[in-house]
Amino acid sequence: MALTVGIDIGKALLVIIFLQAAFGYLTLIERKLLGRFQLRPGPNRAGPFGLLQPLADGVKLLFKEEIIPAGVDRFVFLIAPMLSLLGALMAFAVIPFGSPVHIFGRLVPLQIAGPSLSLLYVFAVASLGVYGIVLGGWSSQNKYGLLGGLRSSAQIISYELAMGLSVIGVLLAAGSADLNQIVSAQTREWFVFPQIVGFIVYFICAIAETNRAPFDLPEAEQELVAGYHTEYTGMKFAMFFMAEYINMITVSALATTLFLGGWHGPAILPSYLWFLIKVAIFLFVFVWLRATLPRLRYDRLMAFGWKVLLPVALLNAIGTAAWVALVHP
Amino acid sequence: MANLIAILAGVLCLFMGVVVISAKNPMHAVIALVANFVGLGVLFLLLHAEFLAVIEVIVYAGAVMVLFLFVVALLMAGTRAPQESRGKNLPGQVPLALAVTGVFAALVVFALAVRTVLVAPPPSTTDFGSITNFGRALFTTYLLPFELTALVLLAAVIGVVFLARER
Amino acid sequence: MTLPTVDFLVVSALLFAIGAVGVMVRKNPLIMFMAIELMWNAVNLSLVAFARQFQAISGHIFVFVVVVAAAAEVAIGLIIIVLVFRHRDQADVDTLNAMKG
Repeated sequence: MALTVGIDIGKALLVIIFLQAAFGYLTLIERKLLGRFQLRPGPNRAGPFGLLQPLADGVKLLFKEEIIPAGVDRFVFLIAPMLSLLGALMAFAVIPFGSPVHIFGRLVPLQIAGPSLSLLYVFAVASLGVYGIVLGGWSSQNKYGLLGGLRSSAQIISYELAMGLSVIGVLLAAGSADLNQIVSAQTREWFVFPQIVGFIVYFICAIAETNRAPFDLPEAEQELVAGYHTEYTGMKFAMFFMAEYINMITVSALATTLFLGGWHGPAILPSYLWFLIKVAIFLFVFVWLRATLPRLRYDRLMAFGWKVLLPVALLNAIGTAAWVALVHP
Repeated sequence: MANLIAILAGVLCLFMGVVVISAKNPMHAVIALVANFVGLGVLFLLLHAEFLAVIEVIVYAGAVMVLFLFVVALLMAGTRAPQESRGKNLPGQVPLALAVTGVFAALVVFALAVRTVLVAPPPSTTDFGSITNFGRALFTTYLLPFELTALVLLAAVIGVVFLARER
Repeated sequence: MTLPTVDFLVVSALLFAIGAVGVMVRKNPLIMFMAIELMWNAVNLSLVAFARQFQAISGHIFVFVVVVAAAAEVAIGLIIIVLVFRHRDQADVDTLNAMKG
């Protein structure tokens, strides 16, 4: 009993610490890659190849003065970044990141918790992440913050629908909402091949859900300064930033689990390394898109979500349902 | 352990309910109501309704309350936010409301206390509220109600589009 | 040792009472609306508790229908609130007396 609880707590701590470290280095990798895309070296002053840059950024943010604007709703202003980060971290709890390993003579699944509805759990927690953004934007008593927060809530609600529908194909093909069973259903064939439409819709929606370019309307710097986190400084700003990057990792991990066979791969590498490689590919694509595509106009964004992605995802769900019912009983 | 979680979730729900109806600022009421729904989701989970627990969080906390948030942020923005006039109640409004609901709650609790049949729950089969059982019931026995809910949603969509159109 | 159904029902009854007080006492339409949501969900809790007590999945279906109906009701209700209170300086249902005879 005590050992089980200990292993569970250990796994949770491991994942949280790993996500924080991954966040730090993701910022560095993004800046390096963006630099390369724009024919400049990127950060290379702090340590060899700029490897200590995340540490320097972290220290800078820790020692910055915490400014709370006059007249804000202090309670809401303070909990908003925390809510944002909480949603980002909680979603990772059910994602299986490797095949079960032996620790102290018992088989331990590389997953913090495995409820039978783990896929829906991810969506439930992800849908709570929007509160941090909207509350942060509203409570800072700033028109840019408010506009960013409102844009973000409309955008996230719109794209969540298409995202949920795009995953239904995988649900039907695997016959389960348990991420473990979805992974084991992909031992022979990854779902990205039969579910290519669902995969494309999912990935576009994932970019919009994480507020990344070309869908970074909530923080469009030319129109809205910094959107919902205009008034935030120091560690509170860092928490919003962390939530955005950890959300990127989470949606990439979910895409890997649902479409790229999770931790499955040839046995030349351990399963968790395969998982990491696949997630890293997605993260690279995120940065690549940011360096390449211009931002969408707001009405185009909404029209694209409702008039293109949603019908396509719906047709994909219906088609998969017919396929499962007729061809593949 | 499960009992402790249930008691904590129940207390959270009741406390957040009180916060919702006593909040001066509607934004605080929204946050409290979201916390209330999350607590209710936990209670649903402990009652073997796992699919409904997730639905409660996704639909209520994730969609319905975001709509509330949107409207509160729009209406209550700026210095000219509409205020609720305080103190101009109907004669005896607050004491009467408290009395009526107090009597109602006392009656229900009393009725529950004398019905000892509800004390011992039957042992649940492990897959009672699972998504499989729920889906099978929804799409066979209860297909007509399911289709009617779709009609209700369609009516709501048309109504909102009609009301929100540009004049 | 699972908690008896009656405990969940007591929580449900108290939540319903809290919601009812909110509707009767408050005058801000948004908070009244949230109190109504509270009452819906109190009923949902009792339905789920009864479903476990009698091992009847129909209770769950009923909750599903209630959730859908509540979502539709919120969409309609909120747009009405927005249309009525957009140009007023008081968020107060007592000021809606234009149809008073």
